[in-house]
Amino acid sequence: MIDVTIIGAGVSGSAIARELSRYQASVCVVEKDEDVCSGTSKANSAIAHAGFDAMPGTLMAKLNVEGSKMMPSLSKELDFPFDMIGSLVVCTDPETKDALNDLLERGKKNGVEGLRIVEREELLQMEPNISDQAVAALYAPTAGIVCPFNMNIAFAENAAVNGVEFKMNTEVQDIRREGDHYVISTNQGEIESRYVVNAAGVYADAIHNMVSENKIKITPRKGEYLLLDKSAGKHVNSTIFMLPGKMGKGVLVTPTVHGNLLVGPTAKNIENKEGVNTTRSGLNEIMEKSAQTVKNVPYREVITSFAGLRASGENEDFIIEEVKDAPQFIDCAGIESPGLTSSPAIGVMVANMLKEMMNLQEKDDFISERKGLVNPKALTLEERNELIRQNPAYGNIICRCEMITEGEILDAIHRPLGARSLDGIKRRTRAGMGRCQAGFCSPRTMEILAREVPELDMNTVTKSGGKSTFITGADKEDL
Amino acid sequence: MEIRELTCIGCPMGCALTVEMDQGVVVNVTGNTCNRGKIYAEKEVTNPTRIVTSSVMVNGSSKEKMVSVKTASDIPKTEIFAVCRALKGVTVEAPVKIGDVILKNAAGTGVDIIATKNA
Amino acid sequence: MKNYDIVIIGGGPAGLAAAVAARDAGTESILVLERDKMLGGILNQCIHNGFGLHTFKEELTGPEYAGRFIEQLEERNITYKLNTMVMDIFPEKVVTAMNREDGLFEIQAKAVILAMGCRERPRGALNIPGYRPAGIYTAGTAQRLVNMEGFMPGKKVVILGSGDIGLIMARRMTLEGAEVQAVAELMPYSGGLKRNIVQCLDDFNIPLKLSTTVVDIEGKERVEGITLAKVDEKSRPIPGTEEHYECDTLLLSCGLLPENEISSQMGVEINGITRGPFVNESLETNIEGVFACGNVLHVHDLVDFVSEEAALAGKNAAAYVNGSREENVSGREIKIVTKDGVRYTVPTVIRPEFMNDTVVIRFRVGGVYRDCYVSAYIGEERKIHRKARILAPGEMEQVVLKKSDIEAAGDVCEITICLES
Repeated sequence: MIDVTIIGAGVSGSAIARELSRYQASVCVVEKDEDVCSGTSKANSAIAHAGFDAMPGTLMAKLNVEGSKMMPSLSKELDFPFDMIGSLVVCTDPETKDALNDLLERGKKNGVEGLRIVEREELLQMEPNISDQAVAALYAPTAGIVCPFNMNIAFAENAAVNGVEFKMNTEVQDIRREGDHYVISTNQGEIESRYVVNAAGVYADAIHNMVSENKIKITPRKGEYLLLDKSAGKHVNSTIFMLPGKMGKGVLVTPTVHGNLLVGPTAKNIENKEGVNTTRSGLNEIMEKSAQTVKNVPYREVITSFAGLRASGENEDFIIEEVKDAPQFIDCAGIESPGLTSSPAIGVMVANMLKEMMNLQEKDDFISERKGLVNPKALTLEERNELIRQNPAYGNIICRCEMITEGEILDAIHRPLGARSLDGIKRRTRAGMGRCQAGFCSPRTMEILAREVPELDMNTVTKSGGKSTFITGADKEDL
Repeated sequence: MEIRELTCIGCPMGCALTVEMDQGVVVNVTGNTCNRGKIYAEKEVTNPTRIVTSSVMVNGSSKEKMVSVKTASDIPKTEIFAVCRALKGVTVEAPVKIGDVILKNAAGTGVDIIATKNA
Repeated sequence: MKNYDIVIIGGGPAGLAAAVAARDAGTESILVLERDKMLGGILNQCIHNGFGLHTFKEELTGPEYAGRFIEQLEERNITYKLNTMVMDIFPEKVVTAMNREDGLFEIQAKAVILAMGCRERPRGALNIPGYRPAGIYTAGTAQRLVNMEGFMPGKKVVILGSGDIGLIMARRMTLEGAEVQAVAELMPYSGGLKRNIVQCLDDFNIPLKLSTTVVDIEGKERVEGITLAKVDEKSRPIPGTEEHYECDTLLLSCGLLPENEISSQMGVEINGITRGPFVNESLETNIEGVFACGNVLHVHDLVDFVSEEAALAGKNAAAYVNGSREENVSGREIKIVTKDGVRYTVPTVIRPEFMNDTVVIRFRVGGVYRDCYVSAYIGEERKIHRKARILAPGEMEQVVLKKSDIEAAGDVCEITICLES
């Protein structure tokens, strides 16, 4: 019998697992995919929102601002990239300038610090590529950008180090209540658990509806993005938003923590919970809309496009509560934007709920710090040479575009919850995420995975688990 | 009189050739820049041939997993697949030098397969 | 810090030819830095024949062609380091490189030759919509897997782009037992050599679909199908022309991009059209003593011309380091201007005082032109007027200008390369 089972190893589930690992309880996370950070958490704007968007009084507003305030210290404690570059909501029509003030007031009510309106002249100084139509903007100095992969992975690794068990490739098929606990049926067998946390992203409705008569619906809202080469990364200095509309915050233009330029997302409700395909109309829409706020975005430098699904609930707020007709079952549903920013606060909130419900005691030996992969680029020449002397793999470049070494890839494979696929390695190290998009390094990374992971060989190495193998056989096999 | 349009593969220039034939006999070739083009055209309409290249596995080489190979001379176009099938499952032992015979008389064409790389 | 007269970045065909020529021109101290485990660069995976007709007057495969130059390098005892990645080059010609044995180290060079080659344009840069499953490869990645590792990347294949690697891979995949269903090309003409269309597609009845692109990719884990559609003259898909293919693999052969990230970082000016450095008649970049050649300068279709160009860069680098190069007393520069169908030239500037007896101007055209003339004007005077039956963007062209003609022209400051009807 497990004390708490968390369904979903996205950023919410992993943050909850990490916070819960402070306490004396057996905790397990089940994830249907082969790696943590495989759904909504991996494909989003990678923004730490300041918190002026959500309506005052909502859970969304509260957790956003709390999460935003936790970000600077948490990024140090868990060693994931976070950069407080500020954000600008740009008004391009003098008639709608009032809306900026409304946003400013809303932000103040939510407790966001440092907000102010900047007029065109100052705006132009801050962002030389701002649109010629830009009139003024709401500046939020506490907004930032994060690496969503490493944030999610950091939570999960730290949870694992503190005793949380992660079961990958484990898909929940049914949940039933038996006496004082739940029995979770999965494709890998049954799990008995006293408490259950539903952090299943776009599937949170399906999981909720297994235990409750009060059905909920989560609508996947697709957001498509274009990612540009690092040569375009300095086109803007901060995150540039349009004035928000009904379907979200519009198309933003932002640098990423790794120095690329990210433009998107679109917002389209769809039915298919796996519908992460990009569309021609979507990609065109991004290019058109971004021009409203930022001019001359060098779209010739696009290196990839992708789509993510927001787990959109019915009430425009997060649902974080014990389900009324399912005691000991906690929903963490409808975690759409600003879910990434809120996740640290969500983790604390859910852990506190469980602490009260279960009367949990703190561990003495909780390890709060996590070290990320060594980043050789941040080292001096002497330090780097010492590293190579100790482990020559750090002298062997595998990904030429991002200059990622074999040493980093080995670390990504062998650390807690290590990578088992090329995408897993990519999210941990950035190998394959550069301008050639793994054209050069994928055969080499495949070889390393096949060599290092006993259960893998070249024929079974995958892009992202399941049937996503690269190799279909040997030369001349079908002749 | 039959007219056939060909693209010369003699070299990368890819001249557009026009071949005039009378009852299976080449009467005239135009469009070629050099004599190779004329020879190619005459051969292509009567007995087309190709060089076939491939790779085979090599054992015991410190640097190579495979060694590249080719037919020592051109073979009839109709025998391309037969030659490839003849290479199925062929593994050679290192050391291999450029020009080493990997397979004699591939698929009965009378042409050997030779290595194009040292391993 | 170690010192070398000439450091050559890249041990592929360009780097090898540059090294050999620099040694033959008298430079003893040469270092070639190669990131792969062997010399030869991309030629090692180009196992097909068709190389060397100009250089060696015989038809060789890629590895054989590379082998000839590697032999020349070895005969001359030119120093090279394998598995060594160049991380940075500084304008004062300090090269930072790294490998397992030496760690991160710096080299002071007197001259640097950029010979890093190019990379393939990935799917993302093509804005192809759809899912992002396994089974989408650039043609070069597939070529490496099939030719050097013995692995098939797929069984039922559609190829987008009719660049030479795509055409070559259509044949290779077919000969290794895969079914290649079609090659789609966005443009109304192929980007590859004509001979490759004959030998790689026509021989195997693989259809070449011009003015066609991929409009959808299906399959969340592995490619399950793709949709092709015709495009209009602005490359926009035409609704109603969609054709669906069931396949497990999409190969991309949609253009090559010179790898100039470290060049730009050191301050080398890059031509937006070729994506390679701007160079003068000596193949020298805007930074004195930094030369460029091969596919890092502009993408070639024939390795023979890479070798020729690289040998010139090697020779000029040697002249630069031995001080045998004349001073540009007059400081005179003649700009090469392109118009009417000519997209770019390499070089873009000629300094008459540094010129050899002739200078080769390489260029590409922007579309398919039939029965026209390639013309070169020195100042106002037409010096070259050569009839061409067909000119296509896939095939590099050249004109050779004579120093005597340029000197005779007196004080001109422009040379114009253009197409005329």
